Amino acid sequence: MTTEKPARSTVDEAGPAVSLDGVSKIFPVRGGGETVALQDIGLAIAPTEFVSLIGPSGCGKSTLLRVIGDLIEPSSGTVMVNGKPAQRARADRDYGMVFQAPVLFEWRTVEANVRLPLEVMGLDRGQRDGRVREMLDLVELGGFGSHYPHQLSGGMQQRVAIARALAFQPALLLMDEPFGALDEMTRERLNTEVLGIWSRTGTTIIFVTHSIPEAVFLSTRVVVMSARPGRITNVIDIDLPQPRNEQTRESDRYFELVTEVRESLRGRVAASPARARAEGGIG
Amino acid sequence: MSAAGSLGNVAPGRLAWGRSLGAAVRQYLPATVVLMVGLVVWELATAGPGRRVLPAPSVIASAFGEEADLLRRAGTATFIEALGGLILGTGLGVLVAFATARWVTAREVLVPIAIASSAIPLIAVAPILNNWFGVLNPMSKMAMAALLVFFPVMINVTRGLVEVQPAALELMRSYATSDWQVLFKVRVPNMLPFFFTALKIGTTLAFIGAIVAEYFGGTSDVLGRVVITSMSSGSFDVAWAGILLGAAGAILSYLAVAVAERLIIPWYAAMLSGGRT
Repeated sequence: MTTEKPARSTVDEAGPAVSLDGVSKIFPVRGGGETVALQDIGLAIAPTEFVSLIGPSGCGKSTLLRVIGDLIEPSSGTVMVNGKPAQRARADRDYGMVFQAPVLFEWRTVEANVRLPLEVMGLDRGQRDGRVREMLDLVELGGFGSHYPHQLSGGMQQRVAIARALAFQPALLLMDEPFGALDEMTRERLNTEVLGIWSRTGTTIIFVTHSIPEAVFLSTRVVVMSARPGRITNVIDIDLPQPRNEQTRESDRYFELVTEVRESLRGRVAASPARARAEGGIG
Repeated sequence: MSAAGSLGNVAPGRLAWGRSLGAAVRQYLPATVVLMVGLVVWELATAGPGRRVLPAPSVIASAFGEEADLLRRAGTATFIEALGGLILGTGLGVLVAFATARWVTAREVLVPIAIASSAIPLIAVAPILNNWFGVLNPMSKMAMAALLVFFPVMINVTRGLVEVQPAALELMRSYATSDWQVLFKVRVPNMLPFFFTALKIGTTLAFIGAIVAEYFGGTSDVLGRVVITSMSSGSFDVAWAGILLGAAGAILSYLAVAVAERLIIPWYAAMLSGGRT
């Protein structure tokens, strides 16, 4: 599937999918002063990796994702995506994005929503229709193409959003707490589904989450962040075997890694009661 | 998951139409019954001679027959004035809304002025408009109607263009789209429900504007003049017929807008009725 996309040259494949060097983001605060949302972030992500960004509220993980997607400009540092500056990568449509809300357009049917990026990018009708069908099958919504978003459940809407993000076959998928608003059962099912999509398409995925079990189950690496200032405090390799399934969630190694991530988060957050509360909501 | 649910075979638009037909009958049946009973009571209460200030429904109905020619001419003239005003006011409102949505400077300048101008008792402007455009010129009545229509259209369309989910704009930015694509793929579709809401309000306002402007003088074969002259000559039945004709014009225009809304944005009614919860 990925071979169909000519934009992904072999040169790009060789280097990291994403590399961040000395990235900082400072927001001015109303009434003077400033917030250091990101401080000196350095991170390299190889192609086909599945990396989760986890941390308490306000640690800048969503900001970091938007910096990678060139939706927010960093105050300093360099951001390279597919070996290009982030701005260039966005112009080349090198990544797809999934938000916490599905952000589907209610005036478009499911099909038309998935077709949107293809329309914008000027694919011809034949190509578009084929791709839309393929994507809806990928997220197992083949029979729902002519439905409107309001006729679908929250989990189904988010699957449409994933289909839309993958419709133009980007090499990189950025996901900002995509399952944060869903119930636990739906979330676990979609986690398995995302892993299936990831292994079938070979897409590099960067996944922002509040949930420790989710991060451990999905990722090849978990990046632990802390707040004020937002920075990376630990990077944990997740060496659980692939493909992952329900047995993975019950394995001893899984629990060890969940504990490791939790302790890593706690190392930075236990001091303040407010932050401890924030962590209490995790997992 | 099974591919198609029970909804899978029916186009959502058609589904909404089919459902709304039965629902509409159920919904409007009580109001229709009460209206009929009310008319009967009115008829009985105003039976007999001397009840000219509030004539019986049957008397008003017969006035439609007796003065059919006058009422047809007056109704047509007023309808054209209202329609012209509606088109003018809507067109202007949409234009200004696009400008304010597109350029921040335009927004900063025009919106406060528009809001301040909405405080003007517009009806008091009617004699001035008669003076400007000529009291016999239908344009003077259209201008009044247009003034009343302009404000709600402009405010609603601006809101529809501007009040877009921030994430939707981020999504479009991630596709590296042009401003035009954002306008036509996101802002305009988002605006359409707001536009139709404003247009529905506008239909009623257009008739009010046209008829009020007619009260301040002009040609005699218009609904406003028919009402005033028949009242002064004591023909209250004809006056009431004129008023009802004006109401009918406003209701018909409203329904036309509602039908257009159903055809152009069928997803909206389906969404409001909650196709699935």
